[in-house]
Amino acid sequence: MNDEYQKDLASIRSMMERSVKFMSLSGLSGVLAGGYALVGAYLAYLIMYYPSAPVGYEKLSIANHPSQITRLAFIAFVILAASLVTGFFLSWLKAKRIRQSLWNETSRLLLVDLIITLGTGGLFVLILFIRGYYSLLAPCLLIFYGLALIHCSRHTFAEIKYLGFIEIMLGLISSFYPEYGLVTWTIGFGLMHIIYGAVMYFRHER
Amino acid sequence: MKSPFDQLDKTLEHRVRLQIMSILMANESYDFNSLKEIVGITDGSLATHIKALEKEKYILTKKSFVDRKPNTRYKATELGRKIFKTHIDALERLISLQKR
Repeated sequence: MNDEYQKDLASIRSMMERSVKFMSLSGLSGVLAGGYALVGAYLAYLIMYYPSAPVGYEKLSIANHPSQITRLAFIAFVILAASLVTGFFLSWLKAKRIRQSLWNETSRLLLVDLIITLGTGGLFVLILFIRGYYSLLAPCLLIFYGLALIHCSRHTFAEIKYLGFIEIMLGLISSFYPEYGLVTWTIGFGLMHIIYGAVMYFRHER
Repeated sequence: MKSPFDQLDKTLEHRVRLQIMSILMANESYDFNSLKEIVGITDGSLATHIKALEKEKYILTKKSFVDRKPNTRYKATELGRKIFKTHIDALERLISLQKR
């Protein structure tokens, strides 16, 4: 009898956990997104700094070369789109493997949280761009992305929260030292995604 | 003091009903298909258990249409939440009593 009660309690815990958390998020797609970001960062380096070192703001920043910003934004959009497509595809595969649908209550909750945070960040950065605060574009995207991750972590794997803290830290550093904009992006969107994606992959997908 | 046995709820003694209630405790509301996916039972079986919970007024049903497809959502009532809490408190007390 006691055993049955224990099982009841265990099943309550598991139902509560599984009903709020989206488990199909693919770690492998994080690794790939990080890889795309590194390629993007290299292209951005060619546009902004080549052949100098990839730091500096006063002489070489996009603020002083407004025409470059279109090209940089284009690269960023292509990378973002490629990452999203990869993320959707690999999560769809993972959902199939763990016999869940990609579109269910948990993914809906996750998506709502993402749209609210990243939507706000996207609009804010667009406003900064229109008003000419170029040096704040890169840091703000990192900060909003970090906040989005922390906010969304309640609806998926909890580790995402710590990735969020790291992104915020990088964002704050690069808003103080705009000359490290490209470096912080390379770390935040490239390196950290690869590391975190790999951790998630080994923890939850194998 | 009342015996914990008296505080166990008859309707929630069935594990599937207990599972449905736990999902509705953790979420504001939940739809039929997502419930089915997590609990892992058939349409018919889930519908039967939902009806039993509805009859006791532990949950509310809200029907609507999304893209012309019927979408049914469920929500725990105040009564359902109270009964659920009393029920798991009783479970915990029973377990700790028998451990001694």
